[in-house]
Amino acid sequence: MIVFDDVSKFYGEILGVNRVNLQIAPGITSLVGPNGAGKSTLMNLMTGLLRPSRGNITILGMPTDKPEQLFRTLGYCTQFDSFPRGLTGREFIRSFLLVHGFSRKKAEEFTVTALERVSLLDAANRKVAAYSKGMRQRIRLAQAIAHQPAVMILDEPLNGLDPMVRAETIALFRKLAAEGLHLIISSHILHEVDMMSDRVILLNNGYVVAEGNVHGVRDEMEEHPMQILIRCDKPAKLAARVFDKDHVVEARLHDDRLGLFVKTRDADRFYLLLNRVVAEGEINIESIAPVDDDLSAVYQYLIGSEGSSS
Amino acid sequence: MSSSTIDIKPARIAKQTLPWSLWWRQIRAIFRLEIEKNFLGRRSILLYLLALLPIVPLALLAPFTPPGREWQDFTQYNMIFAIYYGGLILRTVVFFGCAWIFMNLFRGDIIDRSLHFYFLSPVRREVLVVGKYISGLVTSIILFTATTIISMLLLYLPHFYSESSRYFLEGQGLSQLLTYAGITILACVGYGAFFLVVGLFFRNPIIPAIVLYGWEWLNFLMPPLLKKISVIHYLNSLAPVPVYEGPFAVPALPTPAWIAVPSLIVVTVLVLIIASYRIRHMEIRYGSD
Repeated sequence: MIVFDDVSKFYGEILGVNRVNLQIAPGITSLVGPNGAGKSTLMNLMTGLLRPSRGNITILGMPTDKPEQLFRTLGYCTQFDSFPRGLTGREFIRSFLLVHGFSRKKAEEFTVTALERVSLLDAANRKVAAYSKGMRQRIRLAQAIAHQPAVMILDEPLNGLDPMVRAETIALFRKLAAEGLHLIISSHILHEVDMMSDRVILLNNGYVVAEGNVHGVRDEMEEHPMQILIRCDKPAKLAARVFDKDHVVEARLHDDRLGLFVKTRDADRFYLLLNRVVAEGEINIESIAPVDDDLSAVYQYLIGSEGSSS
Repeated sequence: MSSSTIDIKPARIAKQTLPWSLWWRQIRAIFRLEIEKNFLGRRSILLYLLALLPIVPLALLAPFTPPGREWQDFTQYNMIFAIYYGGLILRTVVFFGCAWIFMNLFRGDIIDRSLHFYFLSPVRREVLVVGKYISGLVTSIILFTATTIISMLLLYLPHFYSESSRYFLEGQGLSQLLTYAGITILACVGYGAFFLVVGLFFRNPIIPAIVLYGWEWLNFLMPPLLKKISVIHYLNSLAPVPVYEGPFAVPALPTPAWIAVPSLIVVTVLVLIIASYRIRHMEIRYGSD
């Protein structure tokens, strides 16, 4: 478990994050929020690069101010796009594995495995300075995973990757999560976060505004009724049928008159109602799809219409 | 065990051994990375220029033999080299060379935004300080001891070759050469530790470096007690040829070698402990640096 116990961080008088209480279980947890929300601050706090102004953080029971213990089980892929000068990709990974204290043989073995995992083995002997942005991103990722940590913290790890490598990288994350690892990922591509995350933490202005499974978070947002699109042959009739229910807030015909948008405060009761309608056989229902039961909608409702997060 | 008896067994205290072999491996790995940067990095150009600074004039003067046979007893050479060494090599080349090397050990990584790679490794920060310090020390010792030795040989050997060869092999030449080399090494040890800490505490370390430079230069004017709060006082105490410091100099007894050398080393260790404490509590915030 990764535990934040009433953690705050101030940069002088500027708020980084405030009163964060979290318990993060294994699997993929995504941090989502706009610029300056506190995502990188939270990650830097988890890795001891920053010290909390108040509160405590433990990673699998270890304090973050003991790097000699912490980084045996933790790998961090930062957003800093800079490297020690003059090293090739292979030398870069191997050098820091040697700094970990691994033997030369083990360091070489781990280096090759890490480079293979990020599909960078072919370019391993080129200088990092000559790498493209995507390759630099991948070599940082390789460095974070090279010592095979149990906890990985990845700040925008998909930035700069082409679609093919993005898909491979997401698959790698899913595989690692399935092996029981903790992956904390920040990303601004909401549909990718939605696709790969087991849970999300939404941050805004240094505060955690929501956390948990996306659907769970969405269910708890009572002030924003769930929107559902029902494709059927008699939408007007269905509208008349559902509108008298107290949990239905709005029913609106689709432009093509072959569908009905319904806003409900209680999706479960609404689905039960639809079951009855189907059973009665008067209306042929083709499909039922929630319209705003995803991360983009949750983001819009909780954080606002600032466009996408970053 | 019955309730009325107490079973006493010899207490076994788990011996917590320190992971010296791990630390040694980590220091070696840090050393390798740093030494390459120190000698081959873009910041090393200034070091080579500094190291060549005393050598070039002596090399240019080498073809010109001084007139008069009084030069052959080397008393004047000894005095010239003592002034040349104290004024140019020790106070300027070694001082600014160490400032450049040691202040950049951490500050350089902060400027290059690459310090976090060390901070994200399972390395005790004290081990990191030691690894970096040793790399700086080896770099400065190699460069500036070579400068010292080459400068001395360039002054003596080109003239009266047979006499100067004898002076080095049979006379005082070799012991003087080794003493100057030793002083250079001690200067690297002392100045190195000081500048390592300066680089950690000041965003612009040039100002404290200039203040220390002034303090070291004006040392000859200071009362004996203040003289002792400097590196140069202890180094001058070890010099094989004392140099006249001018009519305004405040005389003070030189500190014996058996006090000067351990004192410098003890102060260096204390300064490194301060550096370790600082690094242990350091945050990575490149934006504010």
